[in-house]
Amino acid sequence: MRKLALRTVALGYLALILLGPLSIVFWRAFEKGFGPAWSAVTTPAAMHAFQLTLEITAIAVPANTIFGVLCALLIVRHPFPGKGLLNAFVDLPLALSPVVVGFALFLLYGRTGWFGSWLSSHGIRVLFAMPSMILATAFVSIPFVVREVVPVLREIGTDQEQAAETLGASQWQVFRRVTFPAIRWAVAYGVVLTTARSLGEYGAVSVVSGRLAGQTETATLYVSDRYENFDIVGAYAASVVLALMAIVVLLTMNLLRPKEGVH
Amino acid sequence: MGIRVKGVTKRFGSFTAVNNVSLDVQQGSLTALLGPSGSGKSTLLRVIAGLERPDAGRVTISGEDATGLAPRKRGVGFVFQHYAAFKHMTVRGNIAFGLKIRKRPRAEVRARVDELLALVQLQPFADRYPSQLSGGQRQRMALARALAVEPKVLLLDEPFGALDTRVRGELREWLHRLHDEVRVTTVFVTHDQEEAMALADQIAVLHEGRIEQVGSPRELYDQPKTPFVMSFVGAAAQLGDRWVRQHDLDLRLEPAAGAFEARVERIARLGFEARIELQLADSGTVWAQMTCAELDRLELERGATVWVMADRARVFAGD
Repeated sequence: MRKLALRTVALGYLALILLGPLSIVFWRAFEKGFGPAWSAVTTPAAMHAFQLTLEITAIAVPANTIFGVLCALLIVRHPFPGKGLLNAFVDLPLALSPVVVGFALFLLYGRTGWFGSWLSSHGIRVLFAMPSMILATAFVSIPFVVREVVPVLREIGTDQEQAAETLGASQWQVFRRVTFPAIRWAVAYGVVLTTARSLGEYGAVSVVSGRLAGQTETATLYVSDRYENFDIVGAYAASVVLALMAIVVLLTMNLLRPKEGVH
Repeated sequence: MGIRVKGVTKRFGSFTAVNNVSLDVQQGSLTALLGPSGSGKSTLLRVIAGLERPDAGRVTISGEDATGLAPRKRGVGFVFQHYAAFKHMTVRGNIAFGLKIRKRPRAEVRARVDELLALVQLQPFADRYPSQLSGGQRQRMALARALAVEPKVLLLDEPFGALDTRVRGELREWLHRLHDEVRVTTVFVTHDQEEAMALADQIAVLHEGRIEQVGSPRELYDQPKTPFVMSFVGAAAQLGDRWVRQHDLDLRLEPAAGAFEARVERIARLGFEARIELQLADSGTVWAQMTCAELDRLELERGATVWVMADRARVFAGD
């Protein structure tokens, strides 16, 4: 009886919060059939928005993966004064509203900002262009790889790494042959979450991009733009594409994962 | 000389784990670092391996000063208590690791790994993963992995500590035979005095970061220099300022000159031998050890009054 109640509550909550809105999106997108939805997401503006989102993700995710692994190694393996602070700082993007992040970048890189004046005098444009959008996306998706890798690094301990060291491995060889294989699934899961977060980023990018249609409009900005212009099918169809991207990323992860269970 | 440790001190914060320790290990010998937990024996071993950097002192391996060398340049094989198996590699991959790092030709790696698999009797398990092995098999794999690179010295940190008693005994015998065959200078850490005595040519007894005594098992047992060594290497009892082996306590039913009066508190029969807990009339308790046959002859019972003679006792200066 209690099992059934628990299941009902858990699944009911999921349906209400997650599945409900998601199915509405799908339903509204295809309300008028597949044709209009297809043409809505294949307009040049839509295509450009998706491409931009993918480009930003393709840069932000590898950058955050490398940084995340290094950061986790630093936190777990090389204690230093201020480690606690770094540990807390990594979580900041989770607590801070993306809009605030956007404004912070605005202040730094704006025409009168700390770096902005220097950069613009050297002809480098950050705001209302790719660099700021990448920075914003990287900022909001920093914690995921770190948070996945840190506990796994703690759990595997240092014995294997030290054994490799005594067997003649250099630091890089220890990492490549022993540490990385042990944390690869944590890294992969972190990458999935980072990717999902990057694809869906809205707030910070919305502030720094200037939302120029066909230029600095990412997929999420495009959805909101379509919605504000009463293009309901366009908005929902683009949402479906975004949702599908996220689902593909998560499924890829789940398809890869079971192989690990063998050993 | 296989290993020479000179004046090594290692601190962790305000705790001094190893305190000005010097030790010589002969080429090809089998040496035990024996002590209770927290005595600094593992830290000393890790300093020899280069896994810990000493705050003072020098480590020389095969005549070469290794103090500043990274572990990978010391030519040591290290075996960890919890195996430290590379979980994502097969037994073969684990054993081949050091050879692959050294970029040896593939055929040579294969031949050497086969040889080692035979040595540690793991041929049927070559393609298994560590998670599919028992503890004893994992530790044999770890040994083969350490031996694969032909280390100048083999260091083992409580190698049998995580195994059950029976496997531990088997592996101990096996390590002894292996050492007879390979003759690599070996140092192992243990808290088990029986293990140290059964395996080692030389034992260094550590206590609170210092070496109490170094010697052959027989020397340590017959001529302990401190009460700690006497009580840690073989069971000992203290009667006043006198220390005596438990089996050297002579129990009598009649008073005798120089005997301590005591009451039998408890009798534990352990098969061949028996242990008798005695409450001394003066104060304090001691355990006596004798064969069960002797116990039967004395017809001792709980609550009986006995007189304890300790003729072969030692008195330590300054104790």
